[in-house]
Parts: sequence; structure tokens; C-alpha cells
Amino acid sequence: MTTVRNGKKNIALELHDLTVSYDRKPVLWDVDLELPKGKLVGILGPNGAGKSTLIKAVMGLTPNSSGYVRLFDRNLDEVRDRISYVPQRESVDWDFPASVLDVVLMGRYGKLGLFKRPRKSDKEVALDCLRKVGMEAYTGRQISQLSGGQQQRVFLARALAQQADLYFMDEPFAGVDAATEKAIIGLLRDMSSKGNTVIVVHHDLQSVTEYFDWVILLNLRLVACGPTKEVFNAELLQETYGGKLTLLSDVGNLMKHQHFPNREANASRMNPLK
Amino acid sequence: MEALQIILAGSLVAITCGLLGCYLILRKMAMVGDAISHAVLPGIVIAFLISGSRDSVIMLLGAGLIGIFTTFLIEFFHKRGRLQTDASIGVTFTWLFAIGVILISAYAGKVDLDQDCVLYGEIAYVPIDLWITKSGTILGPRVLYIASGVLVIILVFIVLGYKELFLTTFDPAYAAAIGISTTLWHYLLMGAVSITTVASFESVGAILVVALLIAPPATAYLLTEDLKKMMILSTLLGVLISITGYYLAAAFDGPIAGGMATMAGVFFALAFVFTTTAPRLKRSIKTEKG
Amino acid sequence: MNSFFEFFSFADPNIRYVVLGSILLTASSAIVGSFTFLQKKALVGDAVAHAVLPGVCLSFILSGEKNPLILVVGAFVTGWLSLVLIDVIAARSKIKEDTAIGLVLSVFFGIGIFILTMIQKSGAASQTGLDQYLFGKAASLVGQDLVVFGIVATLLVLAVYFLFKEFTLIAFDKEFAISLGIPVRRVELVLTTLTVLAVVIGIQAVGVVLMAAMLITPAAAARFWTEKVITMTWLAAVFGAISGLTGAYISYVAPSMPTGPWIVVVVSTIAFFSFFMAPKKGIFYKMYHQSRIKANINDENILKALYHLGEEERNFYQQRSTEDILTKRSFERTPLFKGLRRLKRQGYLDEKDGLWTLSLEGKEKGQRVVKLHRLWELYLTEYLRIAPDHVHDDADTIEHILTPELEQRLEKLLDYPTVDPHESEIPYG
Repeated sequence: MTTVRNGKKNIALELHDLTVSYDRKPVLWDVDLELPKGKLVGILGPNGAGKSTLIKAVMGLTPNSSGYVRLFDRNLDEVRDRISYVPQRESVDWDFPASVLDVVLMGRYGKLGLFKRPRKSDKEVALDCLRKVGMEAYTGRQISQLSGGQQQRVFLARALAQQADLYFMDEPFAGVDAATEKAIIGLLRDMSSKGNTVIVVHHDLQSVTEYFDWVILLNLRLVACGPTKEVFNAELLQETYGGKLTLLSDVGNLMKHQHFPNREANASRMNPLK
Repeated sequence: MEALQIILAGSLVAITCGLLGCYLILRKMAMVGDAISHAVLPGIVIAFLISGSRDSVIMLLGAGLIGIFTTFLIEFFHKRGRLQTDASIGVTFTWLFAIGVILISAYAGKVDLDQDCVLYGEIAYVPIDLWITKSGTILGPRVLYIASGVLVIILVFIVLGYKELFLTTFDPAYAAAIGISTTLWHYLLMGAVSITTVASFESVGAILVVALLIAPPATAYLLTEDLKKMMILSTLLGVLISITGYYLAAAFDGPIAGGMATMAGVFFALAFVFTTTAPRLKRSIKTEKG
Repeated sequence: MNSFFEFFSFADPNIRYVVLGSILLTASSAIVGSFTFLQKKALVGDAVAHAVLPGVCLSFILSGEKNPLILVVGAFVTGWLSLVLIDVIAARSKIKEDTAIGLVLSVFFGIGIFILTMIQKSGAASQTGLDQYLFGKAASLVGQDLVVFGIVATLLVLAVYFLFKEFTLIAFDKEFAISLGIPVRRVELVLTTLTVLAVVIGIQAVGVVLMAAMLITPAAAARFWTEKVITMTWLAAVFGAISGLTGAYISYVAPSMPTGPWIVVVVSTIAFFSFFMAPKKGIFYKMYHQSRIKANINDENILKALYHLGEEERNFYQQRSTEDILTKRSFERTPLFKGLRRLKRQGYLDEKDGLWTLSLEGKEKGQRVVKLHRLWELYLTEYLRIAPDHVHDDADTIEHILTPELEQRLEKLLDYPTVDPHESEIPYG
């Protein structure tokens, strides 16, 4: 897609010494990593390891963090329209009165700007994306009538409609049927082969070597980040899933209970009532 | 003619409340709407005392601010004080409402407001309360102008911000990720709810406005799965509630606002019974045939 | 002022009744409300309070008199009905609980207002007093009313006393309560019934509109002072009683005033005071605590800088100027001087002619901070695989928080290392 001119030009995501805290308790410590463009990347780690937190922090959705995030060697606000985020399926209320097309059209909102309504061309993009995920027959269907797998496909279509270069997906395979999982991974492969970077929070260790070119191993801190062949091995997995860093979490709890100040406290950017 | 004016005023208020109520119930903020509608009372009384009249613009602005202040206070106690949300809502609005009632009692002679007005408004006086210009021209009932003005403001707000309201309501995390400020739209919506409750206050009172904020959208929500249709249905229900509420009150010599709230409940009950039993009915018919 | 002494001498038996009644009503609602609060069902209480109105009015129409017992029964029926409806609506349809609460609350209240106005317009002679249920009137608590409400309030308190353990457990961990074999559904039913009863009698003093405050606010205020449920319940009762007493007094001196709003304002004031001032949980206390921590970090950083200087020059007890300190670490001038003076007071530093020297204790404290800093850097590089050039900032924070217990664990885990990742010596005391 772009020719390599210097080192940073080929980097899609760079995290520098990123520490993320919830309620003053650090849940991710000092993460440093760089991801090259065009890879299909899996984020792996046990429950509570901070996998979702990592991508929320990148998208500016968690309140407290120190260190910095660079996307395509820019700040998030400069390249927001090149980044797409797919939240966990359960994070929204699927009883919401909206149709499949309504949800996919949301993918165009970022490009539309304030007050403007979606145009015909936006609708065409949305329909095209629905076709890609195999949901063209459900365009007018109400989202409350969809199965789990179909809901996930709709979320994926919404992300595709953003026509971004970098995609963050929070557990896209959670609770979906085998056919959907296969369809989704096919699509993700296709996207990354076209030069897009796709970063996926993943649970199932069985499928890692089959699915991902690149792996991030996470457990409160970065254990490893590199090509699957190099880092997806027994030793590093043992380190990720094995022994708990009790000292680290004890210090974290202490910070929470002592109301200890964080190094840098950014203003809250989340929904005030959440 | 009088009946028509009252029904018209009731409809305008019910429509405005219903449109905003759709967003409140979908955001699971029905009780925040309830809190705001109570909390604007001291704002209204103070605006009365300062301006000495029902000067609507000042009152709307003042109340809009108080409404946003209420929302802010609820969040402040929740976030900084770690008070659970339901208690934070309950403590804040009862306090402000109590102050409002005390002010009304204390300045009973100076303020053209009484407890009855707080409880169920004075929609019956709509035809008498005329807007007369300085030159003496009678322009018609004052409340009708205010209610239509506020309805227009709310309509403009919803039409212009439709996309943003829709997205921040459905999926706030995604909205924030693509750069839409959830906080901004949250406070804009709360401001809109405050203005609406103040504008409705004279007609239906502080407490029954909650029935109009919640019942029509909840009824519509049962009947449709499309946000636009939900808002249209809420609007129709608002008109229906106004008409039937008026005649219910006329029949039993009760307060009109109370009649409207009662009818709002009746329509919800009908929709609820219909939507919860109809599928089962269909199923049982099918099984009989099969 | 005269009326103040007249009232608080309690000489008038009428005043005694009213005071006793108000305190009993507000305190018992506060006690029951503590558990509504802990169960996070505060707003359900609000719904019940509003839903009681049509019950009161209907039973008046049916009985034709203002008999407190009959009114209580009527209120009880509609109060319960509202709870059942909220549950049914939320369970049987896609409507969420908050919407169901708001819906039931406003519609029931609307129906209540409708019937109340009908009664008032019908001009029944004995109807006077029904509208006291809206905003409360403590002064009207006399004779028969007081007996009925007093009995109910006593029952409430007794029920809470005997079921205290079960209520607490259910509010804290319902699943666990079920696993222990506690009949959770039945206990919940009792608690719900108590809530309805508390509302039914509490409205006499506060009125239906503001009754929710009597359930929520005393409990919310009490929660800020204690972590113990039993203490919290007692405190809530006291807060409720204080506001009830005030309500009775206001009802006495200003008969035209509704008492409910005054009671609520008093109890809200107590609550706001608690939110801000309560030790440990209060907002101001937390701010004060934060500034203490900041000052402490500042002071430790000064000692650390002086220790670093001593380490470099192999002399810890040399006199040093503030400029010397600033070569090791940048400080703002005011915090630096404040910190230096504080450290002198505490005996960590000696001062002579504007020059500062570490005392023995000061050197030890500085040394401990430096040691913790280097231990943590080592921990981060060894256990978290963080590059040595990225660990400094983190260690700069953690060095101030590690307790002696964590310090020991860290030493043991790293096997009493001698140097940090930058080859600086780790000093042991």
C-alpha cells in the first residue's frame, strides 16, 4: 500500500510505556510495543489480563493512562477516520429499535460529520459491506431478531463501512457459531492481505497458529509481541497463563485503597453515567 | 373552543415529552428524567421571585441550567463520593424539590404558584391566560405559544442531532471511538429535558410530566422495533392521551393532568397485554390447528 | 424563641405525642430504608411512595371516613400492587426496570391525584386532612393515628431486629445466601413488605411526594461514616429521628407549612455534610488525604535527592544548599522549602545558615526510598520484561507506596540483589 521509506512508516501501532489504571489500580503496566502494518494480530491472555483494556486505552476510552499511543506515527485524533473499533457484542442493548442497515450506516457517521445525513453513496457502501459479511438478506431486519452470530456479522459490517486502515476487534468470535467464525476469519484474512492491519482480542488458543500472523501475549504486562512462529511457544505461554504476579496486583490494590495519585491523570472521556 | 385549546396544549406538551422520552428510556435514564422534572421546581420559583412574572424565556434558561446542574450533581456524588447511582438520584432530586415546595409556601403571597399547580398544573386555565401585546392585541393563549415554541426547539434538536443521538444512545463506546463526544450529547439531551419539563410544568405539574416523558415512549417501544416509528407512535399517543385525558377529567370532574396520566397508563396497559398475550395466542391457535 | 422553649420543654402532652410520633415514623423508615439502600432498590421505594396515594384515596371513598387503619390497608394494597407491576413489566417485556419504575410511579400518582381531586371537589366534610398525605403534616399525629402508626413502626423495628442477619446477607451476596439455604425469596418478600409498611406510615410525617428521601437519604448519609451494617442502620435511624424532630417543631411553629419538605431539607443537609466531611469516605477528606500523600512524596523525594548527593560524594552528612538539591531533581520552590522545613521539624534534617544536613534518621529514610526504587526497577525488568530505560518513571511512583511487608517480599523474590538494572548499588540498612 505504502512504500517503506523509514522505520516508523511501516508501523501501524506504537505503544510507549503505556500504563492503564481503573479506579487508580493499574491493570496494565508499562506496555511497550510496535506492530507493523498489514498484519492479522491476535491479543491473547487469561481472563482479567487487560486485553480489552489495551484496545480501549488505544481508542481513548479508558480514563487514566500514562505513556503514549501512536497510530501510523500520529495521534489518535489526527487519524481517527483511519481507525475502526468493534466493541464486544454484549456491550450494547440488542433490543434497541434499529434495523440492520441503521447499525451498518453508523460506520459512515465518522466520515459524515455533524448534522449531515447519510447520502445514497453511504447507503451503497453499507449494502456492499453487508454483502461481504453475507447479511444482504437481512438489510431491513430489526436487530432484536438476530442471532448471536448475525449480530457479530452486523458489527463487522459496520466496521467495514468505516473503510479504515486499522481495525480493533474485541472478541469477535465470542459466542458465535462455527460457520460465522469461519466466515469472519476469512474476511479478516482478506482485509489484512489488502494491507489493512487487524487486531483481534482472542480466547481460543487452539486456533491461534491457524488464524494469526502476529501475536501479543498479555497478562497485566506485555509478555511478548511478535510473529506467531517466534513467540507462540510453550515457554512464553506458560509465562502468560501460568504463575500469577501476586506482588504486582498487591501493589495495584494498595494504590487503589490508598487513593494513590497516578503519574498522569487524564480527564475522563467516557459516558458520564457509565 | 376552550376544550380544543386545552387539548391542543396538552397534545403539544405530550408530544414534546414523548419525543425526548424515547431517548431517555433507551438510555435507561428514565429516573434521571424523573429527577430533573422534580428538581427544576426551585428554579421556577426563584425565576418567579426575581422576574416577578412568568417571563418564559428567563424561566426556560434558568431551569435548563438547574436541570443540567442536577445531572451534574448526581454524577458528582456518584463519581467523587462513590454513592451508588440510584441513591445519588434519590437524594439530589428530593432535596431540590423540597426546597421548591418550601419556597412556594414561604412566598405564598408573592408567587402566583401553589402546591396544586406543582402537583397537577393548571391546564384548565389555558384559555383564560392570554398573551396580550402592549398595544392591547390579544394573540391567544400564552401557554400555546410557549408549548409550540419548545416543541419546535426540540424538533430542531432531534432532527439536526438525530445521527449523534442515535449513536450515543445505542453504542456510546463506538461513538466515542469515532470521535463523537458522548458527554456533550448527554448534557445537551439533559438540557432539552429540563427545558421541556419547565415548559410543561404550568400545564401538567412537576410530577405528572414524568408520566408523559415515560409512558408514551414505553408504550411505543412495545409496539415497534424502529426508532423513527417509535417516535411517531409516541407523538400519536401524546395526542390520544391529551384528548381522552381531557374527556375523562370532564366526565368525573377531576384534574385534566391526572386524567392524562391515567390514560397514559391505560394505553400502556393495553399495549402490554396485547404484546405479551398476542404471541402466545397465536401459538396456541397454531397448536390447536396442528 | 419563646416557642422554641415551649416546644422543647415537652410540657404540652400534645407536643410529646407529635414528637414521639414523628421520631418513630422517620426513624423506622430510615432503618428499613437502610436495607432498601443496600439492595440498590432506592428508587423502587420512590415508586411505592407515590403508588400509595391512590390506595389512601380509594379506601377513603370506600369507607367514607379517615380511619387510619383502613387507610393503611388501602395504601398497603396499592403499594404492593405497584411493586408487583414493576416486576411483571420488567420480566415479561423488553422494558427495562428503570422505565418500569418511572412508569408505575407516575401513572399511579396520576390516578391518585385524580381521585383526590374528585374527593375534594365532592366537598365531603371529613375529607380534610387527606391532602396532608401529599406533603406531610406531623402536627396532625394525634390519638388514634399515633396508636396505629406507633404499633406498625414498632413492628418494623422488631422485624429488622430479628431478621438483621438475613437482610444483611441478602443485600451483600444473594447467591451465597441461597447456597446457605436461607429462604431468600421469603426473606425478600418480608423486606419488601416492610418497605411498603414504612412508606405507608412514613407519609404521615413526610408526605408521599418526598417519602423516598426518608428511605434513601438517612441511609446514604450513614453509609459515609461506617463500614458496618449495624452501625449504619443505627446512624440512619438517628439521622431520621433528628429530621423528624425538626419536622415536628416546624409543624408546631408554622402550622401553614407542610412538614415533609422541611424534614427532607434537614436530612439532606446531614447527608451533604456526610458526603463532604465524613472521615475516610468524604469528598473533602479524600482531597485532604491526597494532599497529604503529595506532601509525603515531595518530602521523600527531597530526602532521596540528598541521599543521592551523599552517595556520589561518599559523604551523607555534608551540609548542602538548595541549589545542590536542585541539581539532583527539579522541585518547585514553594514545595521544596515547605518540605525542607517539615523535614526539619520531624528531625530528618538539620539546618544551619540556610544549609541542610541529613540526620541519621533522614539518611535512613532517604536510603529506604532509593532502595525501594532500585528494587522495583529490578522487579520490572526481571518479571515484567520491561526495558531498563523505561522503568524509572514507574519506580518513581512505587517507591513511595511499598509497605515494609511488600518490601520484604520483593527482596525475597529477587533474592536480595545487590545492584539494580543500571548497575547502581542497592543499599541495605
